Amino acid sequence: MNSSANFQIDVVIPTQTKYLNLIGSIGEHIGKDLEDFTGDREALAYHLNLVLTEATTNAIKHSNSDDPKDTVRINIDIQEHELIIRVYDHGQGFNLETIPKPDFDHPKEGGMGLFFIRTLMDSVTYKNRGDCNILEIRKVLL
Amino acid sequence: MNVTDEKINGFNVLFVKDERIDAHNSTVLKDYLLHMIEQGEVNIVVQMEQVRFVDSSGLGALLSGFKHAEAKSGKLSLSNLQKQVLSMFELTRLNRVFEIHRDLDEALEIDN
Repeated sequence: MNSSANFQIDVVIPTQTKYLNLIGSIGEHIGKDLEDFTGDREALAYHLNLVLTEATTNAIKHSNSDDPKDTVRINIDIQEHELIIRVYDHGQGFNLETIPKPDFDHPKEGGMGLFFIRTLMDSVTYKNRGDCNILEIRKVLL
Repeated sequence: MNVTDEKINGFNVLFVKDERIDAHNSTVLKDYLLHMIEQGEVNIVVQMEQVRFVDSSGLGALLSGFKHAEAKSGKLSLSNLQKQVLSMFELTRLNRVFEIHRDLDEALEIDN
């Protein structure tokens, strides 16, 4: 993949964790194939796998559990110098700003997913768009 | 989740055979560890040579095992972590919580 190959991947999955491997693997392949990325591509591939896995897990957790036909949409937009991940859920939503950072001196089992997204990517927003919520994650590719 | 355990030198070595630990299978790992600990098997080494990927729920499952083993005066340590997997422990400072060994020989020598 070179920098002129701007493209998008759009996937809609049922709200089931068995699809996490598929979604994470897409991120891993994208990371490994970004030939113009000058940093550590193996690390980027892992990070994209992780961030997509965490974001999709989060969307599944926040999905409408009363609806067996509920879905999560994942859109990956690869531009010349930026990668944008958008994850759409139909749940109640949450306030991104109120989620605390993990306490490393007293580690707990939960709460590390969003920390990974915030730490490994460049920006994260979560917005309600009426019929769904959108978690948008941006990573500058240089 | 594909795991096997084997008693070596008095320690319970848990071999994780899956390449990936995420929210789909981490609960199985967590429950497996808790069951071992409840049975009195509190000195555990988790051998992770096959594991290429771990997410926050996987780290959480291992941390749960660590805390439960510690509460029963035991110890849960890790061995054979792949580079990117190790980097997740470093990023979350969990490398300061777990003993992380290069290989099983080292893990068992130190534990002995």
